[in-house]
Parts: sequence; structure tokens; C-alpha cells
Amino acid sequence: MARKLPRKDVVVIGLGWTGSIIANELCDEGLDVVALERGPWRDTATDFNIGYAPDELRYNVRQELMLRPAQETVTARNNAGQTALPMRQFGSFHPGNGVGGAGVHWAGITWRFSPADFRLRSHYTERYGAQSIPEDMTIQDWGVTYEDMEPYYDKFEYLAGVSGKAGNLNGRMQEGGNPFEGARAREYPNPPMMQTYGPTLFAETAANMGYKPFPIPSSLLSRTYTNPLGVTMGQCTFCGFCTNYGCANYSKASAQTTVLPVLMRKSNFELRTLCEVLKVNLDPSGRKATGVTYIDTSGNEYEQPADLVVLCAFMLDNVRLMLLSGIGTPYDHQTGKGTLGRNFCYQMANQVVGFFDPAKYNFNNFIGGGATGMAIDEFNNDNFDHGPLGFLGGGSTRCAPIGAEPISRRPTPPGSPTWGSGWKKAMRDSYLSNLSVGCEASSYANRGNFLDLDPTYTDRLGRPLMRITFDFPENDLKMSAYVTKKVAEIVRAMGAQQIDENPRTGHWSVVPYQSTHVVGGTAMGMDPSTSVVNPYLQSWDVPNVFTVGANVFPQNSGYNPTGTVGALAFRAADAIRSRYLKSPGPLVHA
Amino acid sequence: MTPSERPKTGRPSVFHTSRRRFLATTAMGLVALSASGAHAKILFGTGLPWDSGAIEPPRQVLPGPWTFFTAREAEMVEAIAERLIPADDLSVSGKDAGCAVFIDRQLSGHYGSSERLYMKGPFQQGLPTQGDQSGLTPAVRYRQGLKALDEHCRRTMGGKSFTELSPEQKDQLLTAMEKDEVKFDGPVSAVSFFGQILKNTMEGFFADPVYGGNRDMVSWKMIGFPGTRYDYRDHVLKHNQKYTLPPVSIGGRSDWARKG
Repeated sequence: MARKLPRKDVVVIGLGWTGSIIANELCDEGLDVVALERGPWRDTATDFNIGYAPDELRYNVRQELMLRPAQETVTARNNAGQTALPMRQFGSFHPGNGVGGAGVHWAGITWRFSPADFRLRSHYTERYGAQSIPEDMTIQDWGVTYEDMEPYYDKFEYLAGVSGKAGNLNGRMQEGGNPFEGARAREYPNPPMMQTYGPTLFAETAANMGYKPFPIPSSLLSRTYTNPLGVTMGQCTFCGFCTNYGCANYSKASAQTTVLPVLMRKSNFELRTLCEVLKVNLDPSGRKATGVTYIDTSGNEYEQPADLVVLCAFMLDNVRLMLLSGIGTPYDHQTGKGTLGRNFCYQMANQVVGFFDPAKYNFNNFIGGGATGMAIDEFNNDNFDHGPLGFLGGGSTRCAPIGAEPISRRPTPPGSPTWGSGWKKAMRDSYLSNLSVGCEASSYANRGNFLDLDPTYTDRLGRPLMRITFDFPENDLKMSAYVTKKVAEIVRAMGAQQIDENPRTGHWSVVPYQSTHVVGGTAMGMDPSTSVVNPYLQSWDVPNVFTVGANVFPQNSGYNPTGTVGALAFRAADAIRSRYLKSPGPLVHA
Repeated sequence: MTPSERPKTGRPSVFHTSRRRFLATTAMGLVALSASGAHAKILFGTGLPWDSGAIEPPRQVLPGPWTFFTAREAEMVEAIAERLIPADDLSVSGKDAGCAVFIDRQLSGHYGSSERLYMKGPFQQGLPTQGDQSGLTPAVRYRQGLKALDEHCRRTMGGKSFTELSPEQKDQLLTAMEKDEVKFDGPVSAVSFFGQILKNTMEGFFADPVYGGNRDMVSWKMIGFPGTRYDYRDHVLKHNQKYTLPPVSIGGRSDWARKG
């Protein structure tokens, strides 16, 4: 029997990027906010201590900061005809755990989605005609425009201290920035990062080929910076232990380095760690949430009543909690009816590795970070004519050495031995003279790709695991083949002796790491028949439930998601503060 | 519900009364539900709840008695590590770098028991895209795999054990295992056992020396990885120039140790 606790105004589930932003904004409104976090407390000084933060085995290989599958995992299959089986260890993606969430171990690449992204179906229909969108491709508009999002992107970028170069300031193109981006009201808060040799060579070559290279927008900071909350961050040292690690330098933006030092001091904020929410409780009408039930590590259950429930967990958990709580109508892939779990998408991760003459090239790839590097956007989104190509979408192409920790990052040319003295020589020769250029590409919704609850496998508490039914749609495979060829042309022109091209091919596999950018399942939109939440991220069915995360993306762009997730958090918080609190109820009438 | 529709009794909406309530709160502080750091905690109004040493630093693995392997098993693992990473003009062997010690200590810890992984049934054969579904922990894979390898050698190599084979014979057998051309008795296939020990040997060779392998940063010196220096700002713009400072590990460097 759950022990009933005193009522709170707001319960926030999960204290990562979005939970911290929402909690901080709602505390500023004077609300009593409690955050429930299933993982432990984590902070720079204690958990990412510089003495042992740079530990590849512990953090990158054994995944110390990630969610442990023993606590919770997912089941996976490529199509509804197969039996889903559990991911017994995380491979394809790495959900976070604990305070800061996946925002602790992220890379820090901080894009804005393009104006066309937010009205994707309309955009493609207008440019190529409705017949250009395959019948089973369920891409849709977001119900917001880029212009709606701009002020909130700005807020997130200034919170995180993003280092970059604007390409478009109020419609005026800027030399050295991304010529394809939407208009910004002002420059990035910090100048771009310094560039190592590899990205510099990439940018020079790309410019010679007629492309417009620009620095990757980075939430690893190019200089010391104090954000609008008064929290100061340090300059990135290019330590090379970045993606999959916590930052010991206070240089990588995360909830820890930007919000929590302020939020944790607020007397109307309370955090309960190692407390896992079991479900959102609804009143008998099913139209109103009364709070949540959670369990602590001793197995004690608590009922936390609240007037407003905001789901800010990892995107898979937000979808799962809504399924477990009966909020929304589960998607039926056979009829296409229902919305909860629909439009689950991923990110097409393509890569080309160039092997250069070791006598002439020394890239020192151990000098780097998750978001240091140079990019081009000529093959992203609809920046190129898709008319004759037979597919839609594209990706951001970038040379971004994230480090060269040697258990994981010591590629050898194709055909090299995998052990013995021959392997040693090939690996030693390639270690400093290989260079990777990736294309992080779009993933478009497909009728057969969705999330629901697994009928067989359960977590340690006996609740059904999330079941992922997903495979790469033909459109995305064609796109990957095309963009990877374009990337390979650049790497060849850079002077590589040998090239290893890795476009995404075949069926989605849970085994190799690809990207943690899983998105969708509770799409946002203006039409309740194709979306779970309205454009303010408020549930259509239960208006005092909001959810903030990549789960609200209707499909994925050829960009990393965190910039957009952060902007959506500020936009949802603003809607709650300026509109919902004045008149609690639906913010959009369908 | 518009404001005018709000019920007259009870709390119409806490959103309008909460400020008063929280200002009245005086009991600010850290309340731990349990003394142990592994249990649920309530934190409020305290600032950042720094708890020094909350996360355990790694402990230096020292050579010494085997914690998982039997002496016989350890001898075989060392013999394999010596072939996967042979001594040559580039480095000492995987055995001399401590790879077997590394694997032994890993198998005694959470890695060996898969305690952090999802180990609930039902266990059923899946597709290659669904990942490993066997339910065998690394500890069991080594115990069973080494036993099967030994039996295979005695049966097919004229009664010799693996460690008694010539270097060429060892390489031939390992190559055949890698190519899935050898059949082991028992639950662990030759090809999967080869993959397991190759992966763990490489982990030991390249991981921080604190875990018992990569003795004296031998692999890092070989390839030019500077280890845990953590600050390369002065070298970022030195394009195409060799980085010349020697590597540093979590435990420092041997020439930092007190001499004599």
C-alpha cells in the first residue's frame, strides 16, 4: 500500500536537461516543485572527478553512467512479424541514468532544426508534390514554426553557452557560419571552438570543392562563460574523454553545469533521488492526473499527489509511463489508428574513415571533444534537390574528432588482421593518421515503426518493458547511400590513401552503437488524430500532464536533437507559466 | 476550466497559494531516508549536496594470486594473450602487459557476473540483429570455453594441451576458431569464445594500467596516446605536429614514484 504524501503543485519525473529547465522555471513562478529521479545524485566534483574521470574502461566500455539493463531495458524486433527480445546490454543507443540524465554523457553538438523541419510534410508537398512522400511514410508537421521556436532556441543556447558562428542573423547571411540555418536574432553566446588539424583539413578541402564549411555549434565552451542564471562554466581543454563521460572541467553544458547550482538552492524545490515513478495516477474520469506513484530503493511505495505532472525522463521512459498509465490511445500499426507509440524514429549514422600516409599526416585525434570540429550542410534536409533522387532527407556532414581512447577508437584499414604482429603494425600506423567524417542523417517516420509494451518481458518490478519495432525504411537507406558517397568524395580529396565507407545498410541491429537519438512515440502536433501532445507538449487527453523530450518529435532531422529538446523545454515552461497557470485546462482546443 | 468555473470550496488551484506555503517552510535541509548512499534521498534547499568520495575511485590492481582463474586456466589465458598480442619490436606481449591479470580481475567483478545486464528469461534464440541472447555470463564463458579448448587440443593434437603447442600451432588453432572452423563441446562455441577473449585481451592491453593490464602504459607508448593528460589547449593549433610529452595514467607514471 502506497503511503500518501503531502500534495505538491508540480511533480517533475526525471531530472535531466528538460526536468531541470522545467523545474527551475516553475520554481521561479513560485510553485512547489518536486522532482523524482530514478538514478543517483551526480555532480562534477564528486562523480566526474578529474583524477579518475578519464577512464575509458569504466565509462565508455562498461558504461558506468548509463542506465543499467538490470534496472530497465527494452525489447527489440525489426517488424511486427518477429518476436521481440530484450537488449540484454545496451549497444545501439545509451540511455542515461541519474541526475543530469543522458545530458551528462552527451557529445554537446547543439543544432537548431531547419525551418523546413517543423513543417516537413507541408514543405515536401509544396516543393515536390504529395506523390513524393511514400504512402507508408508518416512524416508530419510539428504544429510550431521555426519562428515560434527561435526565442526558445536562443534561451537554451545562452543557458548552455553554445560556442559557434551564426550563418544568418535576422536574414543577413554571415561569412563563416552555416548558410542553410534559419534566421537568428543574435550571435551565439560564445565564439567557435579552436580547430585541430583534421577538421581544418576537412574544411579547406570542402571549401575548395565549393561547399561552405562552418564550426560545429558546441556546448563544450570556447571560453569561460557565465550564463543568465549566473552559473559560470570553464573553457574546454580538448581532453578527449567527452562523449560517454562526465566533464571534469565544468566545460560541457549539462544540467549540472548550467541549472542545478541555482535550482538546488531554491527552497520551493525538492529532489528525491533513486525514486522511480511507477505510473501517473488518473482520477476516475481518466481526464485528470492526480499525481504519481513511485517506489524507493527499499521497495517502499509512495503516492505523490500533484496538480501538474511533467514527464521529463529519457524519451523511451516518457512513452512507457504514458502507456503504463493509460494516457492516450496506443497506436495500432495494422489500422494506423491511435497515436501513442506512433512515429518512433531514430538517426541514420553514416561514416567514412580515411587512412592517410602516416609519414605525412598526424591528426592527433586524442585532442578533441564531442562537439569540436567543422561541418557542411549541403547534404542535409532539403538543402539539395531531391527531385531526381528518389528519396527524401539528408544529414549534417562533419569532421569531429571526439577523442581517440584506444580500446574503442583505433581503426585499421579494411583487410587488416585483427590480432598478431600484423594487426599491431597496421593499428600503430593508423592510430594518428586516420580521420573520420560522419553524416548524421534524418530518420523519417514509417507506418511499421512504433513503440508499445512487451507482452513477455518485464523489468525488475514486474512492469512490461518497452517494445521497439523498428527497421530502416527504404527511403532512409537510399538517403544514407547517397550522402555517404558524397562524404567519401571529400575524404578522398583530402588525400586519404584508403577509405572505409560505412553507410547504414540492411536491417537495424541492436548490437553496434549508432546513436542515442531515438525519438518519437508521443508526437506533438495540431491534430489529435496524429499527435499525442499539442504544440505546447500538453497531453490532448489529460491536460494536466505535459511531456518534454525527444519523444515529442514527429520524425528526426539530420541534426542532433538536444538543441531542439532544450528549446521545447523552455517553450513548454513558458506556456505553463504564462497561460496554463492562469487557466488550467487545454491550451489548444482541437 | 476557466477561472470562473473553479469550485468555491477546497483549494481552487494550488498555483495561486503555493508561494505562501513554501515561504512558510522552515525545515530546510538534507533528509536522508537511509544512511547508505545507495538508497533514496530527499534533497531540498541545501544547495549542491556534495558528498566527497561518493563515487569510488578505481583501486589499483596488483599482480598476485588469481581471483577467478585456476592456475591451469590462467596459464591458458596467458598463452592465448601471448599469441593475440605477440612480443615484437613494437611492444611486449599481451601476457607480459598483464592482460590475463586484467581479465581475471574483471571476471571476479560485476563484468564477470553480468549483474548489471538484463538476465531475466525467457532465454530464446534470436536474430543476429537482436544481440546476444545466450544468458551465459563472461565468467561461465571462460570456465566452459577454456575447458572445451583444452579438451579439443588433447583430442585433436596428439594428447597435447594448448600450452604445449608450438606458436605456429597455437596461431593456426586460434585462426580456425576465429573462422568458426572448430567445434567445441559444451555451451560455448569456439568462435564466440575466441571473440570474447580477443575483446577482453584488447581491453586489458589498452585500458588504464589501474586495471592490471597495459603495464607501464606499454600500449599507449606504442601508439602515441598520451593517456589522462586532460588538457591539450596548447597543442590544438599545432597542426600536424607530433605530441611529444610522455603518457600519464590515472595512477601517474612510474618515474613519479619514490626511488630507493
